[in-house]
Amino acid sequence: MSKQSLENNGGFVEHGLETDDCSIGEILRKRGVSRRDFLKFCSAVTAAMALPASFAPRVAQALDEVKRPTLVWLEMQSCTGDSEALLRSANPTVAEIILDILSVDYHETIMAAAGHQAEEALDKTIAAFKGKYICVIEGSISMKDDGVYGSTGGKSHLERARQVCGGAVATIAVGTCASFGGIPAAVPNPTGAVGVMEAVPGATVINLPGCPVNADNLTATIVHYLVFGKIPALDAHGRPLFAYGKRIHDNCERRPHFDAGQYVEHWGDEGHRKGFCLYKMGCKGPATFHNCPTQRYNDKTSWPIGSGHPCAGCSEPNFWDTMSPMYKRLPHVPGFGIEATADKIGLGLVVGAAAAFAVHGALNAIRKDKEPGNETKEG
Amino acid sequence: MPNQPKFKRYIWELPVRWCHWINMVSIVILAVTGFLIGSPYSIGSSASAYAMGWIRFVHFTAAYLFTVSLVSRVIWSLIGNEYAGWRAFFPFFTAKGRDKMVKMTRYYLLIDKQVPETIGHNPLATTAYTTLFVIYILMILTGFALYAQHAPQGIMHKSLGFMYSMFSAQGMRLAHHFSMYLIFGFVVNHIYSAWLMDIKEHGSEISSMFSGYKFTVKKED
Repeated sequence: MSKQSLENNGGFVEHGLETDDCSIGEILRKRGVSRRDFLKFCSAVTAAMALPASFAPRVAQALDEVKRPTLVWLEMQSCTGDSEALLRSANPTVAEIILDILSVDYHETIMAAAGHQAEEALDKTIAAFKGKYICVIEGSISMKDDGVYGSTGGKSHLERARQVCGGAVATIAVGTCASFGGIPAAVPNPTGAVGVMEAVPGATVINLPGCPVNADNLTATIVHYLVFGKIPALDAHGRPLFAYGKRIHDNCERRPHFDAGQYVEHWGDEGHRKGFCLYKMGCKGPATFHNCPTQRYNDKTSWPIGSGHPCAGCSEPNFWDTMSPMYKRLPHVPGFGIEATADKIGLGLVVGAAAAFAVHGALNAIRKDKEPGNETKEG
Repeated sequence: MPNQPKFKRYIWELPVRWCHWINMVSIVILAVTGFLIGSPYSIGSSASAYAMGWIRFVHFTAAYLFTVSLVSRVIWSLIGNEYAGWRAFFPFFTAKGRDKMVKMTRYYLLIDKQVPETIGHNPLATTAYTTLFVIYILMILTGFALYAQHAPQGIMHKSLGFMYSMFSAQGMRLAHHFSMYLIFGFVVNHIYSAWLMDIKEHGSEISSMFSGYKFTVKKED
């Protein structure tokens, strides 16, 4: 890691600000990436973009010719989980994505430069490549009290985001925090955390929520931009449709068990061991749009439901508040204490009404009515 | 005036009665299947079974039936007789309606002893029906919004886009589930009141919902 960082730093200082005339294909060949591995990568990323396999040669051709873009990666209020997801990504490897495909000119976690040197480089990069670089943001942005709750290099996150996103050709918000505020934005949201779209309303933002972001989706988004020269089609929440266009529930490998009526009733029961549907354990797959079932994580090894845990709904806006409790189907009713469920309140309501009318009926039975007079009679 | 003769009057037209009973049947089906969707039983014997699939199919079919019935009733409120008309459902806006509502409330609170007889719907009932109608709309919108998520970017999903921007999916689930109890509460009230008025008004309140005829002292105009 440290060796890579040093290498990256070398690249970062030496050619970070120069225009690199080599195409991505040339750089990869120079780095000794075989044609076979390159085409395998193109096929994988074509599948991730939900394009037919016949597009793979087009992707390869475009990547062969296109110049590598400059990319800056800003870290806001986050746990660095998305950087981790990227560094641990198997396809493409760290070396490929960071050193070869992308020119990452600024990334707080992995760059060797520090202090004023790093900040100066960032300023130079965004000035030299204004309107051409891609900005990646990880973490939410604090808005409360002029954003004093988060700062890097003496500037608040909000100020940095406005400065950097404003000059970027597009901003990719990776992870749920950068997309929608995520966990820092959960009630009571003490720092006034929001996602990039809300913090920088004028910027072109692509949201890639998830906790963490699926690095394959990030790669595919960047490749989509390189191949087609435009950002992918987005849904109402600014998420690329190729990755967030379908509900987890509708692509889930356990869906047949849902339709059949075979559910995990308790942790570790027979159904759980047999891989039955996790619906009754509070799975939020029916409320969550993400390509986890098909793309999976860590070189397509597994994903939450694949390993027997219900979906937490992490890629939806306000997931920490709206998707809780994690292991229950329905949220608690607000304003009725933490454990009050809709069923308890509803049953109380119905029983109360029945009791009230029973008493009313009894009172009516023992009391004598007056027949209406001719002047008041309508019927 | 116990010996006063009463006249047969046609009050509830055929579409009104049909809508009423279709609503009732579909609400019973929707409540039972909806409950099984919300907290299902593990009744599938193999992965090839389709228990939940059928329960959901019945729920969605009943949902369409209910929606068609409700829309038909709204249309009929524009073309039906005065008892079915939309004006009856907003008694607040007429002096007569307000007066009758006060009398009805006083009777229900056991203050007045005189039954405020009404030929069609009484104003207190129509106020409850209007509230119920709002709950129905909420049920239909949340239900179809959740249903449409199986086909994102489809016509239904797109036309219900305003729902997704206002509510989270889990919020809609909670509202959809809880509103069922509000409808149960109404049903308790509704059956009790129909029973009570059948006894008090001597106008065949309950059987009028099957036959369409009520019995009144005044002859039909």
